[in-house]
Amino acid sequence: MISYFLRRLLGSIPLLLGILTLIFFIINIAPGDPTARYFNPNISPEVIAQMRTNLGLDQPIHIRYFKWLGSFAQGDFGYSFGQLRPISEILPTVLWNTLQLMIVAVVMIFILGMLIGIVQAVRQYSVVDNVLTFFALFFYSMPSFWLALMLILIFSLKASQWGWPIQFPASQMTSVGYEFFSTGERITDRFMHMILPALALGVGGAAGIARYMRGSMLEVIHQDYIRTARAKGLSERIVIFKHALRNALIPIVTLLGLYLPILLSGSVLVETIFAWPGMGRLIVDAIFQRDYPLVMATSFIAAGLVVVGNLVADVLYAVVDPRIRTE
Amino acid sequence: MVHSSGDVEFAVPEPVSAPLPAAGVVTRAPVTPAQYILSALLPGSAQIARGEWVGGMLLAFSWAIMLSVTFLARGRIAGVFTAGRMPIDGLVAVVTLVLSLVTIWGWAMYDLKVRARRPRRRFGDSQWTIAARQFRRNKLAIAGLVVMIVLYLMTLLTPLLAPYDPTAQGDIVLTRYLSPSFQHLMGTDKFGRDIFSRVLYGARISLSIGFIAVGLGVVLGALIGSVAGYFGKWTDTVLMRFTDMMLSFPRVILLIVIIALFEPTIWLVVTVLGLTGWMSVARIVRGEVLTLREREFVQAAKVLGMSDARIIWRHIIPNTLAPVIVYATLGIGNTILVEASLSFLGLGVQPPTPSWGNMINDGRDSLITAWWISTFPGLAIVLTVVAFNLLGDGLRDALDPRLRT
Amino acid sequence: MNTPLNNPSNDAPGGDTTAHPEVLTPREPTPVAASGSDMALPPARGNSDLRGQTPEDMDVPDDALLVVRGLKKYFPIRRGFFSRHVGDVKAVDGVSFFMRRGETLGLVGESGCGKTSAGRAILRMEEPTAGSVRFDGQDVLSLDRDNLRRLRRRAQYVFQDPYSSLNPRMTVGDTLREVLTVHRLASGAAVDARVGQLLEVVGLRAEHALRYPHEFSGGPRQRIGIARALAVEPELIICDEPVSALDVSVQAQVINLLRDLQDEFGLTYLFIAHDLSVVEHISDRVAVMYLGRIVEIADSRVLYSNPLMPYTQALLSAVPVAEPGRKHNRIVLQGDVPSPANPPSGCPFHPRCPHPLKDADCARIVPPLADKGGGHFAACIKVPLGSGGARGVPPTA
Repeated sequence: MISYFLRRLLGSIPLLLGILTLIFFIINIAPGDPTARYFNPNISPEVIAQMRTNLGLDQPIHIRYFKWLGSFAQGDFGYSFGQLRPISEILPTVLWNTLQLMIVAVVMIFILGMLIGIVQAVRQYSVVDNVLTFFALFFYSMPSFWLALMLILIFSLKASQWGWPIQFPASQMTSVGYEFFSTGERITDRFMHMILPALALGVGGAAGIARYMRGSMLEVIHQDYIRTARAKGLSERIVIFKHALRNALIPIVTLLGLYLPILLSGSVLVETIFAWPGMGRLIVDAIFQRDYPLVMATSFIAAGLVVVGNLVADVLYAVVDPRIRTE
Repeated sequence: MVHSSGDVEFAVPEPVSAPLPAAGVVTRAPVTPAQYILSALLPGSAQIARGEWVGGMLLAFSWAIMLSVTFLARGRIAGVFTAGRMPIDGLVAVVTLVLSLVTIWGWAMYDLKVRARRPRRRFGDSQWTIAARQFRRNKLAIAGLVVMIVLYLMTLLTPLLAPYDPTAQGDIVLTRYLSPSFQHLMGTDKFGRDIFSRVLYGARISLSIGFIAVGLGVVLGALIGSVAGYFGKWTDTVLMRFTDMMLSFPRVILLIVIIALFEPTIWLVVTVLGLTGWMSVARIVRGEVLTLREREFVQAAKVLGMSDARIIWRHIIPNTLAPVIVYATLGIGNTILVEASLSFLGLGVQPPTPSWGNMINDGRDSLITAWWISTFPGLAIVLTVVAFNLLGDGLRDALDPRLRT
Repeated sequence: MNTPLNNPSNDAPGGDTTAHPEVLTPREPTPVAASGSDMALPPARGNSDLRGQTPEDMDVPDDALLVVRGLKKYFPIRRGFFSRHVGDVKAVDGVSFFMRRGETLGLVGESGCGKTSAGRAILRMEEPTAGSVRFDGQDVLSLDRDNLRRLRRRAQYVFQDPYSSLNPRMTVGDTLREVLTVHRLASGAAVDARVGQLLEVVGLRAEHALRYPHEFSGGPRQRIGIARALAVEPELIICDEPVSALDVSVQAQVINLLRDLQDEFGLTYLFIAHDLSVVEHISDRVAVMYLGRIVEIADSRVLYSNPLMPYTQALLSAVPVAEPGRKHNRIVLQGDVPSPANPPSGCPFHPRCPHPLKDADCARIVPPLADKGGGHFAACIKVPLGSGGARGVPPTA
C-alpha cells in the first residue's frame, strides 16, 4: 500500500516537470514583448534595454529555463509585472479564496449528486426518475457562466426588483462594512456571497455525478448479494445505504480527483462573473495584462492542483477498494 | 441436430443443408401506377395509402416544411441569383434546399420502386445493423438525432431563414433593447440587432467549430491511442505519459493561455480546441487496442502473415470505432460549451461576428433591463448540447459491447 | 541446468538406439536391478552417466518435416520498484521432438504445462528463448520477415476459442477472402469460387460466406477457423486445443473432419490437447508434457496400452471408461502442479510421484528422456530399460 502510494508520488514528479516545461515554452514562444507596455516615446531605448536585462530577458532561452526552474523549486515564483509585488505574496490569499469556493462546490456536487442518483436508482423508471433525468440532462448541458448569469438575474437582481425576502449578493466576497461585522455575521455574510457562485460551479458537476451514481447503483442493486441482504430481513434503508452504497461508491470516488480540472476551468468563468478574488479571475486578469510571470506561476499551480487531485483520487481508490492495494 | 436461426449443425462427412431463417421475412403488396403518381405529387402520400403510416408521415411532413421554407424565402432566393456578386453562403443555402427537396422526393420514389419489392432479408446481420435496430428503439436518442439534423440543416439554410441581417444595426433610438415580440422573436440588443437572426448565425459558427475541432481531436486521439496500444512497451509508456501530462491541464486555462498569447482567430481556436481535446479518445482507443491485441483473431491475422498496417487498419480500428463514435458525439456538445466559454471571455469568436458565447457576454451589462440578450443564446446552447448528449447516450447504449460475439 | 546432458559425442559405445518410433524392434531384456541404481543401465554415452536422448543425440530421419531441438521459452518475472528481473517462468524448458510428413503428433498435458507455449514458439508467434526449430530443413528461428511470411504459407495454426478467433465485424467470406488476397492465391472471380470450395471442404455451404461469425455456434465456427488455416494450403497445421471449447457431441465431428482433411490433403498435425481420450483417435504418436518438458513420447497405441511414466498412468486412469461395472483404478495424484517459475529440483514430478521406487535420487537427478525400448521414450530413472514398447500389440511393419 505504501509502495503503491510512493510509486504514484514518484511518478508525479516527471509529470510536474513536463508541465513546467510546457508552460515555459508556450509562454516564451508567444509573440509580444513583456516590456511593450512600458513603451512610450519619452523613454529612451537604453532604459528599455536595462529593463530587459533586469528581467533577464536578454539571456538565451535555455539559461532562462533553468534559472526559472531553479527559482521555482525554491519557492520563488517571480515578480508580477501587473501588481508589482512578488507572486509568492499574491498566491496564498488567492488560492485560499478559490479553495473555499471549490470545497463548497465539491461537497455540494457529491452530496446532491449522490442523493439524486440514489433516488433515481431506487425508483427506476418512475416519474421521479424521469423528471430527475430530464433536469440532470438540462443542467449538465448548460454553460456554467450562463447559469451564473441566470442565477444572478433571478436571485439577485430580480429578487431585489420584485422584493423577495432573500436576496443574494451579486458579486464580491464580502459586503461593504465587513470589517465591522461580528463573527457570526461574518460567517453568514461569507455564506451568502458564496452560495450563488458555488451553485454555478457545482450544479453541472452534480448532474454528472447523478448520472454516474444512478448507473453505478443500478448495477449494484441487481447483484445477488443485495437480494440476500433483503432476504435476510434487513430494512431497505440499511440495504441501500450500508451495502449497496459502499460498492457503488467505488467508481465515484475516482471521479473526485477527475473533477478537479473541470472545477478549475469553471472557476475561471464563475469567478470572473462574480468578481470573486480567486485564482481563476487572477489568471484571466494576468493574461489580459500580459503579466507573464504571473501567468506561468498560476498555470503551474492549477496544473499542480490537478496532479495532486489525481494522486488523492488514486489513494482514495486504494482505500475504498481493497483489491487495488495488493497491486 | 438442426437448431434455430443461423445455427448450422451437420453430421460429418455429409453436410446437411442449413435451413434459411424463417422469421422476419416480409413480403409487401405490389405497387400500382396510381401510387406512383401520388408519390410524384406529394412524397409520402403513396406510403400512407399503402398503410405505412410512420414512413409516409415523415416524408410528407419534411416535404411540407421544405416547401414552406422555399415559399417563404422566395424573395431571398431570387436575391441570391440577382445579386451583383453571388454570396457563397446564399448559394450554399439554395443548393441545400434544392438537394433536400430532391432527396425527399427521390427517397419516396425509391422506397416505392425498389424497397417495396424486396422481402426483408434477415441474414447477414452485421454488428452495425444490430446496433441500428437497438438505436431505433430509443426514442430520446432519435429525438436527439432529429434535433441535430434540424440544427445542421438550419445552419446551411440560415441565409434564407434569418429574418434580419445579423450585423445590421437598426435605428439607435427606435430599435435598441426591444423586448421579444412578433417582429423580433427574441428582442434586440443594444445596437438594435435582431437577436433571433444572430442566434441563427451563431449556430453556424458554433456547430462548425464543434464539428471540425472534434474531428481533429478524434483523428489525432485515435492515431495516438492505436499506436500506443498496438506497439506497447516504450512507445506506449511515452505516449501515455504525454497524454497524462496534457490531461493535467484544466482545458479552459490552457486554451485561454494559448489563445491570449497569439491572435484569436477562428482557425486558431479550432486548431487549439482540437489539439487539447484528443486525450480522452486516445485513452479509450488505447484500452480497446490492448484488449483487441490479445484476442485470437488478431493473433490469427498475425500468424496468417498479415502486415501490421493491415491488421491495424482492417482488424483493430473497425473494432474500436464504436466507443470513438460515442465520444465524438458527446465531444461535440462539450466543445460547443468550451467554445462558448472562450467567446464569452473575448478569446473566441470576435464581435461583431455573432457567437452564442459573445452574445451572452454582450448582455451582461444590461442584464436586468434586457434579460433576453443573454438568456436566449444560452437556451440555444442548452438545447443543442442536450441534443448531442441524448444522441451520444443513445449511440452508447446501441453500441454496447454486449453485442460483440 | 544441473544435469550432465551436454553431451557432444555422438558415438554410442553401447546398444542400438534407433530413434525411429514405428520400428518396434523387440529387445533383449536387460537384467533389472531392484533399486534404480545406475548399475541397471547399460554403459552411458559420452560423459553422461545416464542413458538419455539429449537434443543432440536425437536421431532424426532425413525426411522429417519438423525438427525441434531444445526449445525453451522463458517469461521473465519482474518485481520491485525497478522491475528487476528476478526469475523466469519456465513455460517451455527444453523440448525436443520431430515429426514426419503426414503423421499426427499429439501433445498432451495439464493446463499450464507449456504445450500451448511450445506450439506458439514453433511458429514464432512468441519468440523462443533458446533452441532450434527446423521446418523442412529450413531454420525457422533465423528467418527474416519476408521469409517468415513465406513460411506461414506452409505451416499454420488453428486456435482454441472459436468465439474469439474470428473478427466479429467481418463476414466469413471476408475473412477467407482476405487470406487469399494477401497471399495472392487467387484473384478476381476465382476468389469467391475458392472461398466457396473451402467452406464446402470443411462441411459448410458456400452461401455461409455471407454470414457473420456470431450467427454460428461453436462447432461451425471452429470449422471456419480450420478453413482459414487451409486457405493457404499448408503442409503442417498446429492445432491448439481445437475442440476443448466445444460440446462433446460436436468434438467428434470436428476431429473426424480433421482426419478426413489429413487424408485428403496429406497434412501433418501437431495436435495439442489436455484430454487424452480426444488425442487417442487422431494421433499416430503422443508426447506427454509436464512443467515444460516432454516426459514420455511413444506410438499412440503403445502409450495407451503401456504407459511407463507414473504421470501418464495417472492421466490415463482419469479418463472415464464407458463400461459400467468395470473396476477402475483411479490414480489420484497428491498435491498441486508446482509453479513453472520454481520447478522442483531433480525430476520435476517427484513431489507428487506415486512410484514405489521413488527415492532421494529422484530429487537430485533430472531424468533425461531415454529410450526405454522400442522407440518408447520416458523421462524417469526408475523405469527400467526394456519395459518400453507395446505389450501384447504385434509390431507394425
